[in-house]
Amino acid sequence: MKKIKITPYKVVAVAILAILAFLFLFPLYWILTGSVKTAADINDAVPQWFPMSPTLDNYERLFDNPALLWLFNSVAMAVVSMILTCVTASMAGYALAKKRFIGRTLLFSIFICAMALPKQVILIPLLREMAFLHLHDTMWAVILPTVGWPFGVFLMKQFSENIPGELLEAARIDGAGEARTFTEIALPIIKPGIGALAIFTFINCWNDYFLQLIMLNSRTKLTISLGIAKLQAEMSTDFGLIMAGAALAAVPIITIFLLFQKYFTRGITMGAVKG
Amino acid sequence: MNKRMKPTGMQKALIRRETISAYLFLLPALIFFVGFVIVPMVMCLVTSFFNYSMTEFAFVGFSNYVEMFQDEIFIRALLNTILIVVVAVPVVTVFSLWVSSVIYKMNGAVCSFFRCIFYLPVVTGTVAVTVVWKWMFNRYTGLFNYVLGETGIIDSDISWLGDERTAIWCIILILLTTSVGQPVVLYVSALGNVDESLIEAAQVDGATSRQVFWKIKWPQIMPTTLYILVITTINSFQCYALIQLLTSGGPNHSTETIMYYIYYQAFRLYRYGYGNAMGVILAIIIAVFSAIQFKVAGRKND
Repeated sequence: MKKIKITPYKVVAVAILAILAFLFLFPLYWILTGSVKTAADINDAVPQWFPMSPTLDNYERLFDNPALLWLFNSVAMAVVSMILTCVTASMAGYALAKKRFIGRTLLFSIFICAMALPKQVILIPLLREMAFLHLHDTMWAVILPTVGWPFGVFLMKQFSENIPGELLEAARIDGAGEARTFTEIALPIIKPGIGALAIFTFINCWNDYFLQLIMLNSRTKLTISLGIAKLQAEMSTDFGLIMAGAALAAVPIITIFLLFQKYFTRGITMGAVKG
Repeated sequence: MNKRMKPTGMQKALIRRETISAYLFLLPALIFFVGFVIVPMVMCLVTSFFNYSMTEFAFVGFSNYVEMFQDEIFIRALLNTILIVVVAVPVVTVFSLWVSSVIYKMNGAVCSFFRCIFYLPVVTGTVAVTVVWKWMFNRYTGLFNYVLGETGIIDSDISWLGDERTAIWCIILILLTTSVGQPVVLYVSALGNVDESLIEAAQVDGATSRQVFWKIKWPQIMPTTLYILVITTINSFQCYALIQLLTSGGPNHSTETIMYYIYYQAFRLYRYGYGNAMGVILAIIIAVFSAIQFKVAGRKND
């Protein structure tokens, strides 16, 4: 029986919250409206709060660049990373959670320690390694390190702890092999976890600007994030064009986030539980 | 490794079987992990003792490390980075705790609406978020000068990103908006998991809401707080993209961070060894900060 009392503190708190929500939404609003404003409106010292004479001119100029190819590159990289991560991490997480094997504790500690280290620090040797493997400036240079990052294994281990040991035991007694036990017993139980990991990996890969920046150079290999950064570097004051690019980068990923939000939240919270 | 019990012959066979199958399951993940995380980590450490560039590769002992602490720009970058961390970490933590404690009791849809909004800058992506802030900070066509000028807070237009006094604060502000998303999600879930019966019992005993928060909720969400402190520290220490997109470390190195300086040394001057040495130091500093947080937070918890 909860009674909700309205206190002055609550009124003030909700008011502040509303203002904050407005401030957090505003940059997105400014990207979307800026992308359809005319150059004259954008360069006016008095900002136009709402685009009075919307135009698609900025988008036309954006598509003079290979923007759709950049978008495709981003999607391809994120999808391949997502699939590889989900496959490798769910198998590894299952083994770490449900099998008692030699070296388990040590291996898990190594995964955890690696996760606590700053990811960006290893970018220099990683670049040299990719150059050595002749993968530099290909999408694999971004995908392979993304898949290697141990967060997915950690997350799937957390989810795999929920698989009842008796079920696995029963499957074994019925004569199911290791592979069948995994695909038919374990997978259906950890499915929500895989959903969380999939969306998490997709968004992280999409937004990992630094890694992409180091690994990709040629104009046709860029991702949408890199593409916009490049446009910004080349024509720093053409804000209309840059906002159109930002909109093209932001809208797909926000849509995906909103569609799969439920899984995503679960992924973040499960990943935080100390193992 | 498994010293707890002396296994019998049958158990030994079982353990061997389990070990083989476990490693088969682990193999694909291990290939990626060892190949693209462990190998570069080891290379980072090893080459930090080398004079390593496009053309050279010679062992130089600790001289990269010695040079670092005589390098004024590195010291400047270190101080800027610590400033960012010292400001961002507490603000992010307090802000997200406050927001979460207001929204976690609201009905499901409203709560997830707010949670989404605070997560939005993370999803939107660093580049898209940064370019719009760059426009808003623009001296001539930006919103900040207009709004602050109209309301009489400033007399003349400010070059926000071009002024040594303001540039780093602009960076910190943007960093804050892109950092609170994950902590809010975590706190909302942690607060929702606090044992209701304890809270009700305390309220029956006449505890004020402040007492309920500090005596009951705070200890229970401590692990979450610790996790948030650590991830926010790691992220703030690695602040790079904002710098590269907004100021390139300027004006006059006032927004130089360690990560940006590493990038500059390695990918502009091709001094890989020196860059890696700075990377090792950065990793050590982050580890020390995290250890301190564990110590302090762990003690309060007793």
